[in-house]
Amino acid sequence: MTGTARFSWKAFWRGTAGVVALMVIWETFARSGIFSAALAPPLASIAISLWRMLLDGTMPQHALYTLGRVVLGIALSCTIAIPLGMLMGRVRAVERFFLPPVSVLMPIPSLAWVPLFILWFGIGNTATILVVIYAATFPMVYNVWTGVRSVNPLWLRAAAAMGANRRALFRKVVLPAALPFVITGLRLSFGRAWIAVVGGELLASPVWGLGKVIFDAKEFLNADVMIAALIVIGAVGLLCERVVFQALEHATVARWGMVAAAKR
Amino acid sequence: MVEAIKAHNISYEYETAAGAVLAVKDVSFSVDDAAFMCVLGPSGCGKTTILNMLAGFLTPTKGEILIGGKAVAGQGQDRGVVFQDFAQLFPWRTARRNVEFGLEMRGVPPAERRETALKFLRLVKLEKFADAYPHQLSGGMQQRVAISRSLAYNPAVLLMDEPFAALDAMTREEMQKLLTEVWQATKKTVVYITHNVAEAVYLADQLLVLAAHPGTVKAQMRLDLPRPRDALSTEFVEAQREVLKHLVH
Repeated sequence: MTGTARFSWKAFWRGTAGVVALMVIWETFARSGIFSAALAPPLASIAISLWRMLLDGTMPQHALYTLGRVVLGIALSCTIAIPLGMLMGRVRAVERFFLPPVSVLMPIPSLAWVPLFILWFGIGNTATILVVIYAATFPMVYNVWTGVRSVNPLWLRAAAAMGANRRALFRKVVLPAALPFVITGLRLSFGRAWIAVVGGELLASPVWGLGKVIFDAKEFLNADVMIAALIVIGAVGLLCERVVFQALEHATVARWGMVAAAKR
Repeated sequence: MVEAIKAHNISYEYETAAGAVLAVKDVSFSVDDAAFMCVLGPSGCGKTTILNMLAGFLTPTKGEILIGGKAVAGQGQDRGVVFQDFAQLFPWRTARRNVEFGLEMRGVPPAERRETALKFLRLVKLEKFADAYPHQLSGGMQQRVAISRSLAYNPAVLLMDEPFAALDAMTREEMQKLLTEVWQATKKTVVYITHNVAEAVYLADQLLVLAAHPGTVKAQMRLDLPRPRDALSTEFVEAQREVLKHLVH
């Protein structure tokens, strides 16, 4: 089995080639004259804007605000979603009661709630974080619920035979057994929340936030700044996925052989 | 001789869409203390159902089971259960932590738990793999961990449901030999389910032969071949022939 994925130059160059191809396509498009240079800036001016905003600390600050909203939103969402999903998976009555509303609310795009949240709480953090909570909660509930239901009955039987009571069954069997699904839930939640937070910031953010950067840059026709912000959004999202979630997976479920180790 | 287990006229009936099905009908048997009993029969003879009733996972619809003189009601730490499926181990725990589980349920302090677990891993010759996770072990090794896990909290009775059926022939033979040693060392009363005549003759002092649809007792016999048993000896082959006679009417 592959414990931890090794760094490989081959995979690195293959990944780099894809990014370079994307850059070449952009540069060709920018220089084609379809749009003026102000609307479709070449790579060099995007790079200069990005570098400038990184150096003066504004871009990192925007990114930190955005990331902070996501982390806070997901943390709050977990306090609702994990217990609810667990209860839905273990108690038939809770499942029957909550499944219909969850199924109805889940497909509504979180951004569709933003105008309402703005009316209730005004422009600012509250509305943005609420959007994140909304986006993160449903994938989490759904995965935890599925995870609890898919616990191998043999484990429950073996634990019961060894004298486990209901509490021990839950804490020492159901919880760790559901962990692969909980981690998948976290991953999906992060993905959804990351999309939602930028949208939320576009519409409802006060001063700081990557979505706000894009919104403000549009007012001044700064396409290079907009694209610089998009690059940061992509990079931070990718970094979280690679560093945080893969590390979490490697330390737990991949180590236990419960899922195949994710390829880097 | 003391009786460790006594089943008195037990039946088990379950409901299906097509109506009630009688899986086990009026089965009675008793197992001597520290004896090795094999329950042998074709598929559909209700042998796993009988084991599940002994374990307390199922309640007989009729009759009564006594273990150590007490009527069985649900699961209990007086019994250890080993299943056929390798997946019975908890994948998130190392071999040692798997073996510790029953002791943990009993509130045994960590240091003592650890020591006991290592002792029982040594019994199945796996002390070197104490810190391995189940997925790093072969099927035979996983079953050995399962055996030591169900012995570690010191139950009087060990219930085994075809634990070696999914292993290759060579590993199975090794495991049968090892199990005999473990049983002789721990002096547990064992109930071992199998559909393999040679395996039953190799392991058992007492044999319960079942017939199918519904599961009823076909024969009860005692095997007193000397141990360790030699599967190629004349007496062994003779004993197999004797048992087979009951299976093929």
